[in-house]
Amino acid sequence: MSRARRGSAAMRPPIRLFRNLSSKLAAIPMVLVGLGVFVGGTAWTIVHSFTDSRLLPRLRWVGLDQYERLWSTRRWLVSIENLAVYGVVSLVLTMCLGFFLAALLDRKIRYEDTFRTIFLYPFALSFIVTGLVWQWILNPDFGIQSIARGLGFSTFNFDPLYNPDLVIIGLLIAGLWQGTGLIMVIMLAGLRGIDEDIWKATRVDGIPVWKTYIIVIIPMMKPVFVTALVLVTSGIVKLYDLVVAMTSGGPGIASEVPAKYVYDTLFTRQNLGQGFAASTMMLVTVAIILIPWAYMQFREKRQ
Amino acid sequence: MKKTLALLASTSLISVGSAAFAVDLEVTHWWTSGGEAAAVGEFARLFNETTDHTWVDGAIAGSGGTARPIMIGRITGGDPMGATQFNHGRQAEELVEAGLMLDLTDLAEAEGWLDFVNPTSLLDSCTLDGRIYCVPINIHSWQWLWLSHKAYEDVGLPVPTNWDEFVAAAPALEEAGKIPLAVGQQPWQSTGAFGVMSIALAGTDAWKAVHIDQNAEVAAGPDYARVFEAAAQARGFAARSNVQDWNQATNMVITGQAGGQIMGDWAQGEFQVAGLVAGEDYSCLPGLGVNEIISTGGDAFYFPKVNDPEVEAAQLELASLMISKEAQVAFNLKKGSLPVRGDIDLTAANDCMQKGLEILATGNILPDANQTFSPDTQGQIEDLMVEFWNDPNFSAEDAQRQYAEIIARAD
Repeated sequence: MSRARRGSAAMRPPIRLFRNLSSKLAAIPMVLVGLGVFVGGTAWTIVHSFTDSRLLPRLRWVGLDQYERLWSTRRWLVSIENLAVYGVVSLVLTMCLGFFLAALLDRKIRYEDTFRTIFLYPFALSFIVTGLVWQWILNPDFGIQSIARGLGFSTFNFDPLYNPDLVIIGLLIAGLWQGTGLIMVIMLAGLRGIDEDIWKATRVDGIPVWKTYIIVIIPMMKPVFVTALVLVTSGIVKLYDLVVAMTSGGPGIASEVPAKYVYDTLFTRQNLGQGFAASTMMLVTVAIILIPWAYMQFREKRQ
Repeated sequence: MKKTLALLASTSLISVGSAAFAVDLEVTHWWTSGGEAAAVGEFARLFNETTDHTWVDGAIAGSGGTARPIMIGRITGGDPMGATQFNHGRQAEELVEAGLMLDLTDLAEAEGWLDFVNPTSLLDSCTLDGRIYCVPINIHSWQWLWLSHKAYEDVGLPVPTNWDEFVAAAPALEEAGKIPLAVGQQPWQSTGAFGVMSIALAGTDAWKAVHIDQNAEVAAGPDYARVFEAAAQARGFAARSNVQDWNQATNMVITGQAGGQIMGDWAQGEFQVAGLVAGEDYSCLPGLGVNEIISTGGDAFYFPKVNDPEVEAAQLELASLMISKEAQVAFNLKKGSLPVRGDIDLTAANDCMQKGLEILATGNILPDANQTFSPDTQGQIEDLMVEFWNDPNFSAEDAQRQYAEIIARAD
């Protein structure tokens, strides 16, 4: 809510409420759905995370037991660690690669449309398809390893999906392949929004191109970066289908992620309380990311 | 979609015309592999032939883990099917408690299920507060070590007759480039193999103390220490078996690439399909040849409440049919599982199945882990096992300590 609007509401009589009545009425169902489904559902989930609900929800309070159990479960801890590693690496690489590709495309190259399509194309595939494709590519008996060995490199070893220490790299490769294109397009849109005059001015001043990007263009593109950041981060927290398609959490529990823990606990293990506790923790993670962003956005508007 | 609707509408019109009380009964299950589908087809055939009702097949592909959430979602979401499969045990416990399942007690008493269901513990799993809510239809036991005669011939050793001989022969197999023990990567397989080892090596009493009394001290004690050491050893034997599905692992035994596999009696079907003969091409050792016992896991059918007397009548007819002699024989011969009735003749069964029947007759039986633990506890054990089997640095002592912690919290 901007200050300007609040100010005018205070000056005018309350009859202002009835202005644009039809559009306000039309918005009511959406508001109700929003409140009911999102706020209500979230509250319901959080409340039930303090109960010992099993297959069916019931209100028998157990305090913080579910959370204590959650944080002493190895699989959850491994999941969190995996998500942290995947998150940080994929965030940094997606943003860097996305910007780099966008900058290259923005240099007025020939066949820009073609390249843009190629880079964006993987985004049209679901994570399940991406996961299955990369599972085959990374399979040591059929994929990269066997091709390299077929070419004569008989000691070539590359089987990340079968190695607990490297499995996260396998996930990252597939995740980056799928997600970088979208960020590239967003960055490209941002770059197109930069005024030609700025480029002319820096050229007149004799600033090299790479330096212009770093000290002039990137600071100007802050809103674009923030949007891209939120998109990438929320995608990371939701990471689930890629893991299911590529490794089902294996080898062992080496590639488990929180969303998978939530799903398995809720549905196959019939333990709603525990699953809700885990999903509440995921919500907290998202909130930690979103609240500073929302704060920044609103502060900017006020200024 | 439209076509389906039209089809449904027309068929229901026709059936209304021909028989006033004919009902289309949707039956959901997760039997989708060749042998399984053939077995469930027997039920459908008998149901369509002997009653006025129609079997609508609702097979859900994947596995129990995929299918159960869908089934439970439909029942709790107010869109119940006519009948649905669950495993023996506690998977549907809360649905029964919530009053969502049809009470079959009157039918069971009229037909005298208690007199012929063997072992009666199967009916206990179906019972809540003295009322019966499901029909047990078969017994599947986990307790089998399948051995490839070819693998042992190749290295010039006799086929082992118990676990100790199997362990002793393992190095020779490894030297010959074979995998001593084939284990698929799916979590339930390593968990199941561990369960078999614990019954065979820790003994029945220790197993009962852990599973039925949930005694964490026994789980942390010396009997179970032996099991964990054996499991760590088995982990080494299975280190190079990089297959996912159980039937791929079974196939390694069939082709002689692997010495053996610990797997339930459903593996039998694979050997049969491959044309192998029990006793000549492969052996089966119940209870690892150490402790001849079988656990009575398997499948049961539940009938969700629909509040429609006509559908209810059809559900009861199906329940009665599933446990009838004719259906039991037809279904179980195709499925390779043991029947739940003690009063039928299965002379057509093969060698390994006969062994199972004999053990069943002597009463050396234990409940299945699904009957003693909740899905939640089972899930925690699975997590531990899958990590233990995949990480060679995970010591047997650590695993046992964590196992005892799970048992202490178990329900």
